[in-house]
Amino acid sequence: MLYREAGQFKTTYVEDMAIFPIRQDRIALAVLLGIAFIGVPLLATFHIWPFGSDYLLWAILLPFLILALAAIGTNILVGYCGQISLGSGAFMAIGAYSAYKLVTGVHIPLAWLGCAISIPPLSVLASILLGGLIAAGVGILFGIPSLRIKGLYLAVATLAAQFFFDWAFLRIPWFTNYAPSGSVNAPELNFFGLIVQSPIERYLLCLLLVTLMALLAKNLVRGNLGRQWMAIRDMDIAAELIGIRPLYAKLTAFAVSSFIIGVAGALWAFVYLGSWEPLAFSIDRSLQLLFMVIIGGLGSIMGSFVGAAFILIVPIMLNLIPAELGVPLSTETIAHFEFIIFGSLICYLLIKEPHGFARLISIGKEKLRLWPFPY
Amino acid sequence: MRAPDTNEILLQVEAVALSFGGVRALKDVSFNIRKGEIRAIIGPNGAGKTSMLNVVNGFYHPDHGTITFKGRTRDKMQPFEAARGGIARTFQNVALFKGMSALDNIMAGRTLKVRRGLLWQVLRYGPALREELEHRHRVEEIIDFLEIEAIRKVPVGRLPYGLQKRVELGRALAMEPELLLLDEPMAGMNLEEKEDMSRFIVDVNNQYGTTIALIEHDMAVVMDLSESVAVLDHGVKIADGTPDEVKNSQAVIEAYLGVAH
Repeated sequence: MLYREAGQFKTTYVEDMAIFPIRQDRIALAVLLGIAFIGVPLLATFHIWPFGSDYLLWAILLPFLILALAAIGTNILVGYCGQISLGSGAFMAIGAYSAYKLVTGVHIPLAWLGCAISIPPLSVLASILLGGLIAAGVGILFGIPSLRIKGLYLAVATLAAQFFFDWAFLRIPWFTNYAPSGSVNAPELNFFGLIVQSPIERYLLCLLLVTLMALLAKNLVRGNLGRQWMAIRDMDIAAELIGIRPLYAKLTAFAVSSFIIGVAGALWAFVYLGSWEPLAFSIDRSLQLLFMVIIGGLGSIMGSFVGAAFILIVPIMLNLIPAELGVPLSTETIAHFEFIIFGSLICYLLIKEPHGFARLISIGKEKLRLWPFPY
Repeated sequence: MRAPDTNEILLQVEAVALSFGGVRALKDVSFNIRKGEIRAIIGPNGAGKTSMLNVVNGFYHPDHGTITFKGRTRDKMQPFEAARGGIARTFQNVALFKGMSALDNIMAGRTLKVRRGLLWQVLRYGPALREELEHRHRVEEIIDFLEIEAIRKVPVGRLPYGLQKRVELGRALAMEPELLLLDEPMAGMNLEEKEDMSRFIVDVNNQYGTTIALIEHDMAVVMDLSESVAVLDHGVKIADGTPDEVKNSQAVIEAYLGVAH
């Protein structure tokens, strides 16, 4: 009964084109942002439940935010533009390693020319953003095959990117600054003199970046470029005949998607992991991102957040529940149960609602508008 | 009905041939479309009508022959060039973007008119927002014109067929085309829907001066709407002229009714 839009008249197209045209949704969003930006830091500073320890921040909120950002990137390519990609993990890795190289300074000796390309160490923020840009460039390169091949075949081509970069970052010592173990360490997170160190600071940094980038991504997908992407996804022939160039639409989707995923990769490495190996961005990560997008809702920015939350939190819950209930189960059994329950849950969800949580939510809203007197 | 302003020729197709493997879909077909007219292309099933439209907007490339559009002659059209040159079309079996709302479908038709690039669109502020609003205003005019205000936010996949056809016409109109190709705009419609669609076609021609070429099987509609009719049969043009001339042509009667052998 509370969820009604009766009486909310829009008198301008700007109001009509708002991200949340219904007032109740705007209030809900404001409350959510209030909790995220003010509530969580307050609770965490005073160690009030559930922030008694840093567990919730470290193990859930931080990875949730960063992977939600990566899922938004994946969603732009897979959900909005319809180009199936299994290489998201690779683009995270490119973002992470590019940012690492830039923050430690790049030196490429060009012996045959008698000179060298040297870039002095950059600031952390510049490195992260440039890392994203480099990922975007590589994304465009790997997007070129999409002009000729579609669907599963394209998925295989992006899979090649995944394996190539897994190999490159593991085997080419230049990328890891010749670290003998192959593992590299994140720099001190210095943002214009502000040093980000404690979990809550890391959380706020990611929250800020993720909120900003989600907003910008939403701007893109509801603008002309977003419509071009969706047009290519839904019917590429008709899109071409109304003057959409497949080349431009597909490559911008690859670029924007890879940029966002690259930034997410740099954050994952610098802010969450601290020190990492190429294994952190393996094919498992790509598949995880793809599942998030499919379960959350293809072609929905909000769905990316919901999908990320589901994929991350459900396994943790499944892990915690038997312990909380005092059921004596060995860790191994729990791990197996986790796979079984999680797998069947995904199957059930996809059968019930193939368009993911985002569609479930919008159906729920439509019903709520008429509740309790549906006609 | 509005008579063509001049005899200026907007599109001239000259001796176009097209084949798919052994099937010869078009055999040296020539015809023209004058600026400002409503031109009908008719013929029995499989006559090559849709192939003809596909050649005109660059979806198929003819084996030989030329296409002259707005004074420029070429061997084949490219879809993007055709769109930029001002050729829009609708499809026989609606080709809308199913996952998008009716509004977004028509807004997508404005793509060629969008000037601000990616970086502006990301910000969606100042000039970018103003441009988006201009396009929205223009699209709302089309929505009013086609009387589809009530369904603008509905995903087109959920719309009934008749309305989908109307949205598709809207998307083509959003391009502000000079030449509008309609492939069976009234297929599968009831009488009332056909009347609505006929009214839209005549109005588009009158209000915007858009030249229209349409394929249609309903002869009553064709004879009422069009100023000239080309008849195709088995990939050959068998008649061309005013509706009355075509109606009385022996070749046309034989193509439609068959001949006693």
